[in-house]
Amino acid sequence: MDNSLRELYQEVILDHSRHPRHSGVLANATHKADGYNPLCGDRVTVYLALDEAGKVADIKFQGKGCAISQASASLMTDLLLGRSKEDAEKLMQGFLHLVKGEDAAGLSADDREILDVMSGLSEFPMRVKCATLAWHTFKSAVEGGEAAKTE
Amino acid sequence: MSAAPKPMPTFDVDAARADFDILSRTVYGKRLAYLDSGASAQKPRVVLDAMRDFASRDYANVHRGVHFLSGAATDAYEAARETVRKFMNAASVDEIVFTKGGTEAINLVSYAFLAPRIQPGDEIVLTVMEHHSNIVPWHFLRERQGAVLRWVDVRDDGSLDIEAFDAAITAKTKLVAVTHMSNVLGTVTPLKEIVARAHAKGVPVLADGCQGAVHEIVDVQALDIDFYALTGHKIYGPTGIGALYAKKAHLKAMCPFNGGGEMIREVSQDRITYADPPARFEAGTPPIIESVGLAAAMDYLNGFDRAAVAAHEHDLLAYARDAVRELNWLRVIGDAPGKGAILSFEAEGMHAHDLATILDREGVAVRAGHHCAQPLMERFAVVSTSRASFALYNTRTDVDQLVAALHKARQILV
Repeated sequence: MDNSLRELYQEVILDHSRHPRHSGVLANATHKADGYNPLCGDRVTVYLALDEAGKVADIKFQGKGCAISQASASLMTDLLLGRSKEDAEKLMQGFLHLVKGEDAAGLSADDREILDVMSGLSEFPMRVKCATLAWHTFKSAVEGGEAAKTE
Repeated sequence: MSAAPKPMPTFDVDAARADFDILSRTVYGKRLAYLDSGASAQKPRVVLDAMRDFASRDYANVHRGVHFLSGAATDAYEAARETVRKFMNAASVDEIVFTKGGTEAINLVSYAFLAPRIQPGDEIVLTVMEHHSNIVPWHFLRERQGAVLRWVDVRDDGSLDIEAFDAAITAKTKLVAVTHMSNVLGTVTPLKEIVARAHAKGVPVLADGCQGAVHEIVDVQALDIDFYALTGHKIYGPTGIGALYAKKAHLKAMCPFNGGGEMIREVSQDRITYADPPARFEAGTPPIIESVGLAAAMDYLNGFDRAAVAAHEHDLLAYARDAVRELNWLRVIGDAPGKGAILSFEAEGMHAHDLATILDREGVAVRAGHHCAQPLMERFAVVSTSRASFALYNTRTDVDQLVAALHKARQILV
């Protein structure tokens, strides 16, 4: 069996995609955005409750998509809970570098360890967009801007 | 006296495969099973050679110069038009317009034929299994001119209900736009019957033949069809070229599409007259080298017994259909009787993109996604499907490789 496939679809990823954390609608959301990948039709909605200090007090997502997009969204919500907007932005940049196989030095050692399960994506450049959809959608939600789109 | 028995059609797939150099390459160290010809077909050596030979011996711009090469290039370009005419059995070469592909051919009809004839409330009849290229040009007329799109559903097996189709054609209908063969379901539409029904009500018919022209014999005169669009790259030819067949009377009544060189008779500062069709619709320098490639591709395809090629493709489809029938975790979408060699499916617990990624690493190239047919995805309540599409060069080995890879994917993902 192809090792890069084993790494891409490792148990942690499959577990997150089968049993996504923080899945559902957030009733008390202060921010919300829809993400769409027109290439494959995948959709995700990210709900956020930011507190007065701008911290992610709660986060949920709802979506339909491939294992990579669902696992990435699930991991993201796990990681972003309790973070400040600034931390979240830094984390996102680090993640975007990581999945493209670029230098992700901006990530803390703890975050790096958790996100390492996604690093196999660098061998599958055509699937990077699947993993980044939820993150881009999170960013649009924070910015209150337009729907996020990756293609 | 009894008629002599018809000889069994013969098609030597191994000999045909040898015409396609790309089929002998490997991907990720695996044998290539190219099952994505519905998206774009591979090119045989004769097509590539014809283009290179023409470009290195006879190339210049067409219809312009008085020099030797311009004449040679014009002859080649017009000879290609004759090849396309013959391929579709059009009555005249003047009914063949070269376009940059099937999409442009359909847009040409939308813009130059239908748009000037549309009043608010006029209707365009199409089916839910159209490709976006046979949907979006009509949406333009809805958005801009108030046209109404009337969608004809398909049955659960993907077949078309001709009575429902007939009922959708009303006094308000200005055009029927229908695929010859669905790029997702493989359904082949009864074009002759559709044309008869539409013409009985005075409505012209356009067929999107991007898939159909590859797998079916096209005879526009026998069909009595008004417009037939095809593309080069799915028919073993190059990208960047397609053709529109249109009845002469329609072409003569159509306004110009793109404006530029080649499509005019005379231009002055305050007036303009247009060239006769088909030149009227071929503004600018056309895809010259590609026209030679397209003609070579059509000659290549017609060099086979087409019935034997069709039988080979249907055998592959039946073989693949049987192989996946045993997989109770796989749902085939589109089982219309007489369908063409396309197998779309959904696999339980596996998203089409995850599946396609794993198949890819096993050397199997399939298409995953919505196939530019989102209304159809909606009809079958799926976000995306995987699609294996078969061409003349595919074999049962390709199908076996696909099925083995499907099992591997299930091991990994489920």
